[in-house]
Amino acid sequence: MSTITKPRSSIAGSIAGVATFVGIACLGSLLIAANAVDPMMEAHAWIFFFLTAFALVAIGIWAGGLTGRNPFDESFYEDTIVKFGVAAAMFWGIAGFLVGVIIALQLTWPNIFYFPDLGWTNFGRLRPLHTSAVIFAFGGNVLIATSFYVVQRTSRTRIAGGLWPWFVFWGYNLFIVIAGTGYLMGVTQSKEYAEPEWYADLWLTIVWVAYLLVFLGTLWKRKEPHIYVANWFYLSFIVTIAMLHIVNNLSMPVNLSGSKSYQLFSGVQDALTQWWYGHNAVGFFLTTGFLAIMYYFIPKRAQRPVYSYRLSIVHFWSLIFIYIWAGPHHLHYTALPQWAQTLGMTFSIMLWMPSWGGMINGVMTLSGAWDKLRTDPVVRMMVVSLAFYGMSTFEGPLMSVRAVNALSHYTEWGIAHVHSGSLGWVGFISFGALYCLTQWLWKRPALYSKSLVEWHFWLATIGIVFYIVALYFAGIIEGLMWRAYNEYGFLEYSFIETVDAKHINYMIRAVGGGLYLTGALIMAYNLVRTALGHGEAADVAITEPNRTPALQPAE
Amino acid sequence: MYETLSHFAQTWGLALFVAMFAVALVYALWPTNKSKFREAAYLPLEDKEPGDE
Repeated sequence: MSTITKPRSSIAGSIAGVATFVGIACLGSLLIAANAVDPMMEAHAWIFFFLTAFALVAIGIWAGGLTGRNPFDESFYEDTIVKFGVAAAMFWGIAGFLVGVIIALQLTWPNIFYFPDLGWTNFGRLRPLHTSAVIFAFGGNVLIATSFYVVQRTSRTRIAGGLWPWFVFWGYNLFIVIAGTGYLMGVTQSKEYAEPEWYADLWLTIVWVAYLLVFLGTLWKRKEPHIYVANWFYLSFIVTIAMLHIVNNLSMPVNLSGSKSYQLFSGVQDALTQWWYGHNAVGFFLTTGFLAIMYYFIPKRAQRPVYSYRLSIVHFWSLIFIYIWAGPHHLHYTALPQWAQTLGMTFSIMLWMPSWGGMINGVMTLSGAWDKLRTDPVVRMMVVSLAFYGMSTFEGPLMSVRAVNALSHYTEWGIAHVHSGSLGWVGFISFGALYCLTQWLWKRPALYSKSLVEWHFWLATIGIVFYIVALYFAGIIEGLMWRAYNEYGFLEYSFIETVDAKHINYMIRAVGGGLYLTGALIMAYNLVRTALGHGEAADVAITEPNRTPALQPAE
Repeated sequence: MYETLSHFAQTWGLALFVAMFAVALVYALWPTNKSKFREAAYLPLEDKEPGDE
C-alpha cells in the first residue's frame, strides 16, 4: 500500500474553499432575509442562514480539532460520508413513503384528512412533497452514497476534493429541506418534479457542479486504468441531470428577494421542455443512476462477475443515445406537432431493446449462483427489482404508443406504471444496496436478522402487487368510462361517477402502500441493529481488518 | 434560426450521433479488447485498499 501524503496547503485549501463558499451563502441569505418581499422567501432565507451558519461553526470546530492530522489521508477510502448517505436515504425514504400513504388515504376518504385552516395539509401541497421526497431525497441520497462508495472502490483511490464531497452531501440535503418546506408553504413553479423555485434551483446547480467535479476528480486520479461501467452510468446521470435541471429551470425572478419567478419558455415550448426534463428525470435519475448500482452491487453481493461486459458497454451507449428523445410521448394529442409526438413514441419503443439488454445482463450475472436467490434475500430483492425493471420498461413503450396512450393517459394506469417502476425497480435495488452498504461499511459478518429481510421482502412485494393491480383496474375502468358515449352522442358518465367507480381500488392501493411502508420500517430497524453489531451481525470477525468474501452470508 | 437548427440536427447532427454510436459499438466488440473486458467484469469482486496494484 502506498502512503501518499498530501501537502498541507491542499488540505487547508478545500476546507478554506468550502468555508468561504458557505460563508458567502450565509451572508447572502441574511441579506435576503432582511429584504424579503414575501413570507415564504423570508422563512427560506432564515432556514438557509441558520443552517449555513451552523455549518460554518461545525467546520471551524472540526478543523480546529485536527491538530496536524490529515483528515483526507489518501491511504483510506472516505466511508464516513457514505454512512451518512445511508442514514439520510433511510430517513427520507420513510418520510416519503409515509407521505405517500397519507395522500393515498386523502384520495380514498377526502374528508378524514381535510383541515381547511391548515393549507399545508392539502393534497396539492403534500403530493409534490411525496414525489420529491421519494425521488430526490431518498433516491438522490442513495445515488450520492453509492456513487461515492463505488467510484472509490473501482478506481482504487480516495474520493477527490477534500471537504468538497461533504459540501455535496450537506448541500444536497439542504436543497431537499428548502424544496420540501417550500411545497408545504405553497412555493412552486408548477413544473412536475421541478417544483422548487429559482433560488433553490440555483443552489442545486452549484451543489451539482461540485458533485460533477468531485466525481470527475476521483476518476482523474484513479489507480485502476479501466473506468468501470458503473462509473459511466453514474457520470451520465450526473452530467445529464445538470443539463436537464438548468434548461428546464430557466426563469426570471420577479424580485431577487422574492420567491416568485416566471419561466423563460411558454406554451408548447414550455410543455416540451418540461417533458424533455420530466422523462429524462426518469431516464437519467431513476434509471442510469440505479443501473450503476445494479452493475456494482449485484456482482459484488452474488460474488459473480458481470455476465457480459461487452453487453454492458452496448447497453450504456444505446440507452443514453435513445432515452433523451423519448419525452414527447407525454404530449400525445396536444399542440405539440404530430411529427414530434411520433418521434417521441418511436424512440420510446426502441428503448425496449437496451432496457431488456441491461435487465438480462443483470439477471444473468447470477449464473452459477442461482441458489443465492433462495438463500440470500438481499440478492433476491435486487433480482426482483430487475424483474420490475423489465416489466415497467416493457409497459412504458406500450403506453407511449398513441392509440394506447389515448386510453391510458391521465388515468390511474399511469400511476400504476410509475409505481411498478419506482417501488419495484428503484426501491428494491436501493434497499438491496442499503443492506449491502450497512453490512460492509460497519464491517459486520451478516445483517442483524436475515428473517427480518425476508419479512421486508414479502411485505414490500405483496404491497406492490396490491398497489399496481388495484390501479391497473382503476385506470382501465376510468379510461373506458371517460370515452363511453350513449346513443345520443353524449358522454355516458359524469366525472364523479368515474371517481366513484375506483373507490375500492383506492382502498386497496392505500393498503399496498401501507405494507410497503411497514417493510421499510422493518428495514430501518434491521439496519440500525446491524450497525450496532447486534444479533447475527455480532461476530469476532469484526476485529479483522481485511474484508474477505467470507463476509458473505453463509450458504 | 429554427430552419438552420433543424436542418443541422437532421443532417450533420444525425450523422455525428450515428458515427459516435458506431465508434462505441466497434470499441465494445473489438476482438483485442476481449481480455480487458473479461478482467473488468471482475472489478467489483476485488477488495483492495486505495492505491493497491
